[in-house]
Amino acid sequence: MTDANTPPHAFFLPRSGLEDLFQILQSDGYQVLGPTVVNDTVMIRPLESIAQLPQGVSDRQDGGFYRLVDGDPELSFEFVVGPNGPKNYLFPAKLKLLEFHVGNERFELDAGQPDVPKYAFLGVRPCELAAVKVQDRVFGVAEPGMFRCESETWYTLARRQALFIAVNCTRPAGTCFCASWGTGPRATEGFDLALTELRGGFIVEVGSDRGQAIVGRLPTREPTVSELELAELKLERAAEQMGRRLETGDVKELLDHDLEHPEWDKVAQRCLSCGNCTMVCPTCFCCTVEDSTYLADENITRTRYWESCFTHQFSYLTSGPERATIRGRYRHWLRHKLSTWWDQFDMSGCVGCGRCITWCPVGIDLTEEIPRFREGGHAKAENTTQSRGT
Amino acid sequence: MPGQNVDTLRRQGKLKIAAFKFTSCDGCQLQILNLEDDLLALAGATDIAFFLEARRQAPSPPYDIGFVEGSISTPEEEERIGQIRRECKTLITIGACATSGGIQALRNWADVDEFCRCVYPRPEHIETLATATPIAAHVFVDYELRGCPINPADLLELVSATLAGRRPNISTHSLCVECKRSGYPCVMVAQGKPCLGPVTQVGCGGALCPSMNRACYGCFGPMEQPNMASLGRWFTSRLGQDARDMKRMLRTFNGYIEPFKQASDRYEQEEQRSKEQ
Repeated sequence: MTDANTPPHAFFLPRSGLEDLFQILQSDGYQVLGPTVVNDTVMIRPLESIAQLPQGVSDRQDGGFYRLVDGDPELSFEFVVGPNGPKNYLFPAKLKLLEFHVGNERFELDAGQPDVPKYAFLGVRPCELAAVKVQDRVFGVAEPGMFRCESETWYTLARRQALFIAVNCTRPAGTCFCASWGTGPRATEGFDLALTELRGGFIVEVGSDRGQAIVGRLPTREPTVSELELAELKLERAAEQMGRRLETGDVKELLDHDLEHPEWDKVAQRCLSCGNCTMVCPTCFCCTVEDSTYLADENITRTRYWESCFTHQFSYLTSGPERATIRGRYRHWLRHKLSTWWDQFDMSGCVGCGRCITWCPVGIDLTEEIPRFREGGHAKAENTTQSRGT
Repeated sequence: MPGQNVDTLRRQGKLKIAAFKFTSCDGCQLQILNLEDDLLALAGATDIAFFLEARRQAPSPPYDIGFVEGSISTPEEEERIGQIRRECKTLITIGACATSGGIQALRNWADVDEFCRCVYPRPEHIETLATATPIAAHVFVDYELRGCPINPADLLELVSATLAGRRPNISTHSLCVECKRSGYPCVMVAQGKPCLGPVTQVGCGGALCPSMNRACYGCFGPMEQPNMASLGRWFTSRLGQDARDMKRMLRTFNGYIEPFKQASDRYEQEEQRSKEQ
């Protein structure tokens, strides 16, 4: 179990080496983004020192429920994902795209986007790396040679510069189901370094040349066989202890099959259409662009905001919102994540992070919903083209 | 004024703006003055014709935009709003009083005569209606700016949009969208505070209360299509609220606007049923 599965480049970084890692990132010009406690919640924020990491903090997560609790005082990463993540920086919620003005009978450009900072994500989780991979596909980063207008500028620049120091999950949260998608609890790709936390320090795996260069400057040593075994065991346990589970094999067909299933009505009774699920989802990418002017001034600012498919404005046409009911909007969202994302991007739009379950104010849980679609539907396959959201 | 560009408007002269007060605390008009740095620019770009809180002179109607603050609470106001509607090409209500009836609409569930007897030594001098109602209950309203008080940035946006001939960027979705965009931790999920954010319209300028680690109390009124029943079920089953708490939570500045009104009426009935048992 140990030697055969041990990755080729594994090191042991004593706990004190975390400080060295932090200083290396700072001296290399990275803005370090990592977990810290803000108002009883672990949020990803710019960090000034490793003292801001949530040492000895764990979390309890359930549908519509999140509480921080005391954890092992010797561990820095015993909690799991909070409401935000790398998406908040790679695809900012509010971004000024450009400024222009009316002059010489035409629009003249004054300023483009601001410079993109060099981000280092410290403590990013495997499900978040999987989500970055999804957004790479969405924003056109994964395909070089693509026309520039087909890719997202800020995302592409931020993504290329960003460094990912992942932390594998040795304790899943109550709403985690990454094991169902195979996106965790261990990071397999997309990281520069991946850490597995033990009491005394971290098993470090290298995932890129940049990661290799950093490891060379860290006070690492060879891990012992027992340290490697313990790390393996912890990750195996984490996979077994997932708080939620989703049968993913047939989920696309399931949701394509019965668009008039009565469960859509039932879940619409509970859904607030508040948009929280889309705001915390690490793969949701919808946005809106607003031009703003100031009184009679002829300067115009174009700003992009995160948008949600749960708002009226999102699908507003001359006749009103295209999906006028909460039922239609919830169905659109869930089917996009689990079904039509495959048609659009040839991959799943869900990575199993569980955020939409935890941060839904009324605890709607897609891992509870999906099994309900397996039972007692109308099974009117011929009606599936009637997708208008009523 | 869709379809018109800035030049057309300029040729026509400045937008003539007026602000009118009905039963209210003046807080929303004060928000116009609170624009401070923008006030001179606003006065420069428009003709603020009638605004007694800021200016004694009052050039005569008609006005391009009339901002109306306050609810209709007296027989005199009932008359006056009709006249003002005729004087304004576009009528825009500002604030919770004008849009929902305001805090004084709590009288609509009570006995006004009894209130008068309790509060005033000579109640016979009080001439008031039995209800305080929103402007839209009396005349056609073109646009509503929500809030108690309004966000002055919304007013500026509305005027700016009108001048440029574009739609105002004023959203009607939940507060949660803005709260999450701003990166605030959720006070409801992480701390169990009953927050009206999921049913409340955005607009307070970046989820004001959650940014201060407090629950939203709905001062911008109901969002588009709020699911009152579902949030209420969660508050009562998980967050320790009872029917009376729910009623009181909903009957504040926007208590008399649907669907807050309907929901609070339902909780009142529930409260009475539980008292009878």
